[in-house]
Amino acid sequence: MSVSPHLNQTKTLTIAVTGLNANDNPGPGLGVIRALRDGFGENLRIIGLAYETLEPAIYLSDQVDKTYRIPYPTAGVEALKERLQQIQEVEHIDVLIPNFDAELFNFIKLEKELLNMGIRTFLPTHQQLADRDKVNLQAFGNKHGLEVPASETILAVSELDQMADKLGFPLVIKGKFYEATIVQHISEAYKAFYKLQAKWGLPIIVQQFIKGTEINIAGLADGEGNTLSVIPMRKMYITEKGKAWAGITIADDKLINLAKAFAKASQWKGGFELEIMRDEKDRLYIMEVNPRFPAWIYLSAAAGQNQPRMLVDLALGNQVKELTAYTAGKMFVRYAWDNIIDVAEFQKLSAFGEL
Amino acid sequence: MKQKYERPTIRKMNTGLMNKFGTRTDFDPVESIDGVAVKDLVAQYGSPVFVLSEKQIRRNYQAALRSFKTRYPKVQFAWSYKTNYLNAVCKVFHQEGSWAEVVSGFEYHKALGNGVAGHQIIFNGPDKKEADLILAIENHSLIHIDHFDELYLLIQITQRINKTAKVAIRVNFDTGVYPIWDRFGFNYENGQAWTAINKIAKADKMELVGLHCHIGTFMLSTAAYAVAAAKLCQLALKCKNELQNPLQYLDLGGGFPSTNTLKGAYLPGVDTVPSVEDFAEAISNTILEAGFDTDELPLLILESGRVLIDDAGYLIGSVLANKRLSDGRRATILDFGINILFTSNWYDHKISVAKESGQYTEETVLFGPLCMNIDVIRESIMLPLLERGDQVVVHKVGAYNMTQWMQFINMRPAVVLIDQQAKSHLIRKPENLTYLEMMEVVPDYLKI
Amino acid sequence: MKLKANIATSENGFIFNPATGDSFTSNGIAAEILTYMKAGESEAEIKQKILDRYEVELCQLERDWDDYMLQLKEANLLDL
Repeated sequence: MSVSPHLNQTKTLTIAVTGLNANDNPGPGLGVIRALRDGFGENLRIIGLAYETLEPAIYLSDQVDKTYRIPYPTAGVEALKERLQQIQEVEHIDVLIPNFDAELFNFIKLEKELLNMGIRTFLPTHQQLADRDKVNLQAFGNKHGLEVPASETILAVSELDQMADKLGFPLVIKGKFYEATIVQHISEAYKAFYKLQAKWGLPIIVQQFIKGTEINIAGLADGEGNTLSVIPMRKMYITEKGKAWAGITIADDKLINLAKAFAKASQWKGGFELEIMRDEKDRLYIMEVNPRFPAWIYLSAAAGQNQPRMLVDLALGNQVKELTAYTAGKMFVRYAWDNIIDVAEFQKLSAFGEL
Repeated sequence: MKQKYERPTIRKMNTGLMNKFGTRTDFDPVESIDGVAVKDLVAQYGSPVFVLSEKQIRRNYQAALRSFKTRYPKVQFAWSYKTNYLNAVCKVFHQEGSWAEVVSGFEYHKALGNGVAGHQIIFNGPDKKEADLILAIENHSLIHIDHFDELYLLIQITQRINKTAKVAIRVNFDTGVYPIWDRFGFNYENGQAWTAINKIAKADKMELVGLHCHIGTFMLSTAAYAVAAAKLCQLALKCKNELQNPLQYLDLGGGFPSTNTLKGAYLPGVDTVPSVEDFAEAISNTILEAGFDTDELPLLILESGRVLIDDAGYLIGSVLANKRLSDGRRATILDFGINILFTSNWYDHKISVAKESGQYTEETVLFGPLCMNIDVIRESIMLPLLERGDQVVVHKVGAYNMTQWMQFINMRPAVVLIDQQAKSHLIRKPENLTYLEMMEVVPDYLKI
Repeated sequence: MKLKANIATSENGFIFNPATGDSFTSNGIAAEILTYMKAGESEAEIKQKILDRYEVELCQLERDWDDYMLQLKEANLLDL
């Protein structure tokens, strides 16, 4: 182990975490918190930052010490800054770990001001955030020689025929922000185009469908081209939304090297997740790059590389050495738990913005 | 002493689906604009009323000019008349040193009337009448040719009147953003632009002095301007090297966004829109590295409109009524609608209340006063509890509203300029029936 | 206009409807009126109290009262 143990630290470390949400597509917040609790032991105070009153982890009082509501990303940087200033006066947060794609833009924008308040982060740049966006992924892959599914951004339904000729069926039709549909023939493609256009606007992304095994990789990189931890996980049980509900760590140098190549090419800073498809010919395609830890991140700690804790150390400026050893064959099997609370707690959070 | 009253209201606590697109809230009251109280402005000029801040206009202009001048040696702005052609506004820009950029005959005459020298008027657009072209030639104005028909017409006119026209062509190209504005000017990629340039070079009475482009509006990509500048530079160098016709200027047009938030945008414009500095950086670097000799660097012209005036304009209005819709939603009817706030079609304008109010807010729909279903200013906004007669202030309305507004059902309101000493001046009177009927003619047989 | 019997109100202005599971927040006056309603006071008595305590004209209060009752009805809090 290269990370110095903090188990006996005397000063309480205060870490703020977002992404406390959970439905069939859970946020990474709770996984991050659990890994931090494992990694830091006592003298750790976790501050939850929530957008909604029903983000489930808010009510897990043994995991989250205190929760504050923060303004939606749509309210802008200034509103977020003001709210964090208020919270900081009370809580003296040392490190903040954002876990939502949609909020990252604002947190990155506030990076320096947070540091002035005494809040450290370890985040990618706006440029890195934009480069891995699904609209730009093809260009990113081409530029760095990384295999990505052939895709094209289109603005008119008339371009679909041409794309179908080029890529063949099935095709994946994706919305600008969210949602994807797999279509088998052109009439379905038209239907998907109109539906996604109505919901998310243009452009629409048309992507080659790749059949294979779904693998996710959780990684942590230092912003100078080096990965400090890579944990590949094969999905074993997949929800309707394509999320892993159970998964297993696997050992494969090809996957590790791919994550390293990604971090080197992008100079990625912070946690990331690569969604990989391995086809029959053992080719690895990067389907998507998530600019944060995945919801299953606790598995990294269980397998021997506690990425959230390493990230905190990086944010604090502590020396962190690359980890390479981990246990293959560790599994996570997700479980949903009905936590019981009183309506008063919910009302309190709704009205006062903290709990 | 009685307590301050606020209408009783309850709000359901959110238990529904998690919502990735929460609502925006702008609660800080705006009680005055540039030191003049909102209620005084309404008392003096009525409601609704457009208010422009001279201080902000000048600040915007000077900041934009500085952004470019610190990066590139020769820069000239030309005020885009169509963005806001109230004479008082134009004069502020001309005082600051701005030329005029016009797109129609009447705008051309307006610029002359505002005292702009002929050679400092840029004449753009697809619709230039023959008489306007003759005037522009005689005044040595810069005529930016939009299509071949116009080019041939100009050749004819110059031969007929035996005078030389100073011209540029508008060029369109693929800059990686969509839609491509290929309906204006000559295309670069298919060689049309070069053909047009050659025709001008061969004509006796045509002097090719510059190149022009205008790649779009509310552009959020600085990279697109770098591409545009690079392609214009290539064309300009080709003019010099192959036709021995070095060009005096490159006109990059306008299209820089203001910090308004586009409808459907996830993050607010204030945080996401690139600054003029960012655009200046992209454009200047490209031209400086294009391969011009230092003493032959072309003048860089910019036709910015929106970015220089949007945030200097406010619209003050009043609440006409509150009502509750059939589905329980709150609705507020204001005395201004899409008739004068045209930009509410594509922006979620920031709207503030004009007086200190309670902490409690409610979600409401904002309707305009027209008897038309489409007259909606905002589908949903969180606002403090408003009462009939309360004033609201709409922000960043300085661009296009005072030119695209329509006289429909209601008259257009007054426009006021607050000078740098915090004194207000009426710069356009509110319309009245006499004004409206001035151009009407009733045939004699209908008069009885 | 009668409030449903089992509606729970708290001093912070929270309202909880045990029959539907809905929670609401209310502003000061809204909470105050609810308290009077729960105590069984009549519409006229409540209005008079509000007029005595707040800077408001009767015509304004009348209008807002009707709207408030509509809100309570929408929220399923009234015994109709």
